[in-house]
Amino acid sequence: MAKVIVGLSGGVDSAVAAYLLQQEGYEVIGVTVRSWESGISRCCEIDDAQATADLLGIPYRVINCVPDFQDKIEKPFVSSYLNGETPNPCVLCNPEIKWKWMLYAASLYGADMVATGHYASVVLLPNGRYAVKKGADKQKDQSYMLYRLTQDQLAKTLFPLGDLTKDQVRAIASQAQIPSAGKPDSQEICFIPDGSYSRYIEDHVENKSSFSGSFVDEDGNILGQHSGIFRYTIGQRKGLGLALGSPAYVTSIRPRTKEVVVGSEESLYTLDVTCRSLNTMALPNLQDQSGLPVTVKIRYHHEGTPATLTSIGEDQVLLHFDLPVRAATPGQSAVFYDSSGIVIGGGIITR
Amino acid sequence: MIYADNAATTRLSRVALEAMLPFLEEEYGNPSSLYGLGQRARTAMNAARKDIASALGANPKEILFTSGGTESDNWALLSAAAKGFQKGKRHIVSTSFEHHAVLNTLNSLKSEGFDITLVNVSNDGIVRSEDIKNAIREDTCLVSVMYANNEIGTLQPIREIGSICKERGILFHSDAVQAVGHLPIDMSEEPVDLMSVSAHKFHGPKGVGLLYVRSGIDLPNLMQGGTQEFGKRPGTENLASIAGMAAALREAVQKIPQTSTRVSELRDLLIHKLSEIPHSSLNGDPVQRLPGNVNFCFEGVEGESLIYLLDQKGICASSGSACTSGSTDPSHVLLAIGRDYETAQSGLRLTLSEDITKEEILMIANAVSESVDTLRGISPTWKDLRNGKKPFKL
Repeated sequence: MAKVIVGLSGGVDSAVAAYLLQQEGYEVIGVTVRSWESGISRCCEIDDAQATADLLGIPYRVINCVPDFQDKIEKPFVSSYLNGETPNPCVLCNPEIKWKWMLYAASLYGADMVATGHYASVVLLPNGRYAVKKGADKQKDQSYMLYRLTQDQLAKTLFPLGDLTKDQVRAIASQAQIPSAGKPDSQEICFIPDGSYSRYIEDHVENKSSFSGSFVDEDGNILGQHSGIFRYTIGQRKGLGLALGSPAYVTSIRPRTKEVVVGSEESLYTLDVTCRSLNTMALPNLQDQSGLPVTVKIRYHHEGTPATLTSIGEDQVLLHFDLPVRAATPGQSAVFYDSSGIVIGGGIITR
Repeated sequence: MIYADNAATTRLSRVALEAMLPFLEEEYGNPSSLYGLGQRARTAMNAARKDIASALGANPKEILFTSGGTESDNWALLSAAAKGFQKGKRHIVSTSFEHHAVLNTLNSLKSEGFDITLVNVSNDGIVRSEDIKNAIREDTCLVSVMYANNEIGTLQPIREIGSICKERGILFHSDAVQAVGHLPIDMSEEPVDLMSVSAHKFHGPKGVGLLYVRSGIDLPNLMQGGTQEFGKRPGTENLASIAGMAAALREAVQKIPQTSTRVSELRDLLIHKLSEIPHSSLNGDPVQRLPGNVNFCFEGVEGESLIYLLDQKGICASSGSACTSGSTDPSHVLLAIGRDYETAQSGLRLTLSEDITKEEILMIANAVSESVDTLRGISPTWKDLRNGKKPFKL
């Protein structure tokens, strides 16, 4: 019987994923890749995951990856904010932490595959490459978060919930008497459970005052002072503390001069977005592309906008959108899909 | 199977089992009963107390039976604190690498308004008596320092600390759970007022232990009830276990002169063999340690995975103290001796009994070496260390 490592988060989705694989005849081993320090937050997740494992009668292990997570996710998260970006740590965490350590567990326990409760699928394409495909539940689709997975990782990955809706998953959970049914979905970045990113950055930077500077308009006129570029994100309107007579939005952040540029809503829209640090999934590479038609999500909850993709140098692409997109934010990821919802690749927005 | 986790618990010895059996079968009387069956039980209990007292160089009245090390630690600390409180003294000195039975009792006292100073331990795993001396204040009512650490086996300067406490008229408690039965301990020479002992660490049964309370110290009760244990610890006595503990202790103490040298030599052989593994490091002083304790960190190795692989090879070992494995936090002891979070997670504790043979030591060394290689081969951390993304610490 094939063995599979299922990443258990303590939530209903991963519990149902484990249950479904067990029903299919897999020998399931539950693993929680723990990235948070004890006493900080999320006390109950390991207990919930343990309860799921006990219910299913499967072995369960917690792997403590706190130091690795701090090195590879939290530190870059802080630097990214200090560099005027708005990072998305989850897209990095999946390949750099979650999959690496689940595959470590797979090697340790002699499992062939790893699985999670993400709403997405893995497909093997005719060109021999693996790619993530959008989940059947369009509201819950998590393919965006998975675009940086490598070919080696995808070759060993199962997503049992890819063809299911959240409602179906909840129904399976209550039928299987999985105790976490009905629990709300987690939304926040896991290591900042209260959602206060600016306070987190303040706590993790020594010279926080050196990031303060001026609000300026697009012509460079100083409109006021701010207490740190890391408090702002593109498209932000609330909390600027500026009385300008008309609605003002953060349109860009200039880390070198510590300027936060403020403008009208219209100036948030752009037709061209560039990306760095690419990951290619469905195609062997993105280097020689010119005018490749794609649909692009520029943030997790973006529905996607048609664009053409053109390579503009080593590990960089230009996305030219058919219609202007709002608030493309440096640090966030742009994920490129084909017309059937297969992830072609993605990268981190530079501007 | 090779059992190398004797700091967690030990095999029940044959003499202990035989000493227990009558009280589990026909001699089931209550020592408080007046008829012959009860009185025979009382006689047996008194004999056990006397045996234990003589094995420890103590007076029988100084030996109070408990359910084990945790109860003894709780009793000693809570009662000494209550005595201090009556005199307006609310400060306790201990160390940062005590067993959780001590640390968590101190936490509970802290929440009741006591001031707790946890003295730092040196990187060799030995607390400096000078540091204890400096931590003592006018309002210090108790000093508690373990005799030997349960994870890294390092021996503490109990005599020096005891003398300091004696001079200052402060009660001194020592958790000697890992030491009794393994080191020669004579209470007529140890300047210790209160000492915790647990039977299952020296081939006695689980669920029984004792608190040594020096004559003249009137310790308040932890629980209220009947007049057992001189009215200090109520509840019908666990006679079978008490008899087992007495037999096990007598045997262990008698054997110390032969076993400790032999086990220490095998320990040193294992330390030597494991030191040959690249990027490894012994935790705690190599000499001032329990005869059977070996504790190593292996860079780039996740401790719990190592336990799993050793178990697959038939070797029982521990990644920290048994009470903390499963919580997946790094060992507080390894953090206390200056290991960083990640290194502290790579700990392996092998604790040997006198049953161990040289062949088994070599088998353990081989199995650890192979397992470390396997784990490094699949570890994301080791990959980062090898390609220079991360500096080696060991």
